[in-house]
Amino acid sequence: MKLKVLSYPYVVWIAVFIVVPLALVLLYSFTDGNLQDLNFTINNFRKFLDSKYLNVLWISVKLALESTVLTLILGYPVALIIAKEKPSKRNTMIFLFVMPMWMNFLLRTYAWLTLLGKNGVINFIIEFLGFKPLDLLYNDGAVLLGMIYNFLPFMVLPIYSVLVKIDNSLIESAEDLGANKFQIFTRIILPLSIPGIITGITMVFMPAVSTFVISRLLGGGQYMLIGNLIEQQFLWVGDWHFGSAISIIMMVFILITMAITSKFDTQKEGSGGLW
Amino acid sequence: MVSRIIKKIYLWLTLLFLYAPIIVLIVFSFNDSKSRGRWSGFTLKWYVELFKDSNVLKALYYTIGIAILSAIISTIIGTIAAIGIHGINGVGKKVILNLNYLPVLNPDIVTAVSLMTLFKFIGIEFGFVTMLLSHITFCIPYVILSILPKLKQMNKHLAEAAMDLGATPMYALRKVVIPEIMPGIFTGALIAFTLSIDDFVISFFNKGAGVTNLSIEIYSMARRGINPVINALTTIMFLVLLLMLLYINRKQEKSIKKRGGVI
Repeated sequence: MKLKVLSYPYVVWIAVFIVVPLALVLLYSFTDGNLQDLNFTINNFRKFLDSKYLNVLWISVKLALESTVLTLILGYPVALIIAKEKPSKRNTMIFLFVMPMWMNFLLRTYAWLTLLGKNGVINFIIEFLGFKPLDLLYNDGAVLLGMIYNFLPFMVLPIYSVLVKIDNSLIESAEDLGANKFQIFTRIILPLSIPGIITGITMVFMPAVSTFVISRLLGGGQYMLIGNLIEQQFLWVGDWHFGSAISIIMMVFILITMAITSKFDTQKEGSGGLW
Repeated sequence: MVSRIIKKIYLWLTLLFLYAPIIVLIVFSFNDSKSRGRWSGFTLKWYVELFKDSNVLKALYYTIGIAILSAIISTIIGTIAAIGIHGINGVGKKVILNLNYLPVLNPDIVTAVSLMTLFKFIGIEFGFVTMLLSHITFCIPYVILSILPKLKQMNKHLAEAAMDLGATPMYALRKVVIPEIMPGIFTGALIAFTLSIDDFVISFFNKGAGVTNLSIEIYSMARRGINPVINALTTIMFLVLLLMLLYINRKQEKSIKKRGGVI
């Protein structure tokens, strides 16, 4: 039976909707003026080397790294605590953690707008306690908070799914052999959970570095991350050539990051899906 | 004992962090004034206003319509493609699988602008069609990725046996292969539906005049500042979600019990 014939329609689909669009972006990034004229240039990439844009890249990467590290620090204990619960309790706890993730992403981000605002709930409490209201919104801290809030479950779930699979007899035999709690954690639990950590890191870092919604809503209209820069070039400035160049830079950056992290991920199967 | 209490407190604090913003929104959706710090009486007027807002209602229709259509279409294309890809060997398979993986790995914004560039290049008018096409494009890879493992698990002699017994290839596909991979198809359709209904970035770049979805509507409202109508919308969406998840959870628990507690 020639089953492979069935894949041909999708091969055409891939060509039209995946390969050609990316090729067009690549073409845009290396040309200027009219696309039909094919004026090849590397000016779009050179333009990005301006300190103004490099700074945007730097802030995006810095915020994404900070949010990844913080979600890891906050999320790992959560995953560990849940994984040690009784199975019946475990499922309920995980359900509670997944639930907000099903809410619309924009609503979750918008929620912080109402909490952190000048007349928001947090400032109301601060004033009630007799302090001066704070500027909580439209700064780096607010954007970072938004990222941590939105991406924390992405860190907890993969780590949890690896931790529950750890064979308990390993831990018991370590105890029998005289290991203390700290040794059990650093020698057994932590090394075995590395695939989950790697998955978690990629799942948080990737959307964090490419977001433009969190930075726009919680960082204010002037706040620029690399995602906002792409949005601005395509939708408001109309310089598709420069916008394409930034997209290519971002894409290459992320593919390299993924290649590096997957190098650390020695047990491919262990990384476990989200579900 | 003390460490147990600390663990409990930590867990509940994290949950509080995750839920507090949503709960505050829900509470203030019943607040009489536009202010978010002060409570000034119970009202349902924001709900009335939500259902009078023709933009929100239109966005809701588009969101659900596109989610249903793109789930159906991407499931059909994805299922056929997955069966086809399963039948290929060697380099060709690797190339297709890697290309299929691109929209999954790529940041949403890159997929979004690349599709926008394509539609502009071909000269299609931005609107319902472009939004639907882009949703189908980013849904298919997930459908394929959820079906392929099922095909791998399937005993490959099943279809051959059916044909030995006189079934035509199409009949064997319909009666043997498809039922065998049905759980994967179902998961794929569900993933496609949720991805589509929740999408913002790709829709935002490929929307057209008068055609938006809920995410885009929320974004443009939120950019203009606080709007209690969004709070009312949040409350309704949260309730729908809660009921849906509880229902699914109940059903799963029942089926687990039926199988004797084995997951």
